[in-house]
Amino acid sequence: MTGSTKTEEPKILNADDSRTKLLNAAIKKSKGRPDALIQVLHTAQGMFGYLPLEVIRHIAHALHLPASRVYGVVTFYHFFSLKQKGEHTCLVCTGTACYVKGAQEILDQIEDHYHLKPGQVTEDNKLGIQVARCLGACGLAPAVVIDDEVIPKLNPEDTQSVIDSKTGAA
Amino acid sequence: MSKISITINDEPYKVESGQTIMEACKEHNIKIPSMCHFDGLTDVGACRLCLVEIEGQSKLLPSCTTQVEPNQKIRTHSDRLSGHRQMITELFFSERNHVCAVCVANGNCELQDLATEVGMKHVRFPYLFQECEVDASHAMFVIDHNRCIMCTRCVRVCSEVEGAHNWDVKNRGYKVRIISDFDTPWGESESCTSCRKCVEVCPTGSLWSKDKAQGQSKKNPQMIKDLIEKRKVNL
Repeated sequence: MTGSTKTEEPKILNADDSRTKLLNAAIKKSKGRPDALIQVLHTAQGMFGYLPLEVIRHIAHALHLPASRVYGVVTFYHFFSLKQKGEHTCLVCTGTACYVKGAQEILDQIEDHYHLKPGQVTEDNKLGIQVARCLGACGLAPAVVIDDEVIPKLNPEDTQSVIDSKTGAA
Repeated sequence: MSKISITINDEPYKVESGQTIMEACKEHNIKIPSMCHFDGLTDVGACRLCLVEIEGQSKLLPSCTTQVEPNQKIRTHSDRLSGHRQMITELFFSERNHVCAVCVANGNCELQDLATEVGMKHVRFPYLFQECEVDASHAMFVIDHNRCIMCTRCVRVCSEVEGAHNWDVKNRGYKVRIISDFDTPWGESESCTSCRKCVEVCPTGSLWSKDKAQGQSKKNPQMIKDLIEKRKVNL
C-alpha cells in the first residue's frame, strides 16, 4: 500500500452530516484523551464502513495524537480498513477444508461475474470481496459469509445467484 | 536510591535499585549486545539481543526492560545466549536486503559490527528478498527500507527528543514499515523538522544523508546522547 495524501477526495466530514455529529460526540465523550484512540476509531469505522484519510486526520487532531501514530494503529488491526469495504460484503473462507471443497472455484466465479479479486470493491461500491483463513466452520465447507449471514456448503455454480439474491442486486 | 546486591556472571556487585539490568551491567563494564536500546530513549525490548538468563526463571528476559532485584543471579553470556544472539542476527539479515558492498554505512554499521561480534559466518535461513521502497523525497535525507531492522530508534528519538513524532510503524509481521505521517513520502511530511536526529541514531544504512556515497556514512549517535543529557540539565 503506497499512501499519498495528495489525492483530492470529496469532503466526507461536514457539520450537518449525522455521522460527523456522532463521531464528534464520541470524541467529546473521550475528552480528547489520546488513550481513547481505538474506541474512537471503532466508532468511525462502524459509521463510515472504512477510515478515510480525512477522518483519520480529524481524529488525530482531536485526540492530540501524531498522524503517524494513528495511521500505525489503523494498519495494525485488521478490524480497521483504509479502503471502502462495499455496501455488501462477501467473505469467502479459504481455509484448508473450504479450499478442498472448492473455495477457489467460488472465487473464480466471483472474478468471472463481478471482475473482483479478494480485497476489491465494485465501482459503484455495492459489493466487496474478502477472504478469510478459516472461519472455524469447516463442517459447512465451502463457507461464504454475506453481510454477517453464513451460507453453508455453497455450490460454486450457484455463487452468482446466491450473492445477487442476498445483496438485492439485479 | 538504595543499593542492592546482585550477582552477574558469578561476580557479586552492588547496584542501584530501580536500575535496569542493562544499566547495571554498563556501569560495571559488562557489555551486552543490543540494537534497539539507545541511551536516554525509552526501551522497548524489540530486538531481543540483550536477553539474559536469570536464575530461577526458565524464560530469558530482555535486560533493557527488566529491573534489577535484590539477590538476583544474572548470566549475560553463555552458550545458550550466544546461540540465540547469533540466530537473531541471522534473522535480521534474512528478513530484508542487507547488501553491505553497496551500502552507505558499510564499515560504519552497528548491524555489521554485531554480526562480527556474535561470530555470524553465514545465514542458515532462506532470505525473504522482500521488495522494499527507497524514499528519497526528502531534500536532505533518504530512508531505505531495505536496510531497516525495525529497531524503532528513529521513531523514539523523533517523538521523545525532537517532539515531532514524524515517524511511526505501520502494519504488522514481516510487512511492518517505518512511516512518516500518513504513510506520506518523507519529503511531503508535515511534521518532520529535518533535524536529522533519526539519521544519527539509525544503527544501519537505512537512514542516511544525501551527501554521502557508498561506505561514507558516519553516524554520530554520541551527539544525540549528549543532547539528551544537556536537555535533562535544563529541565
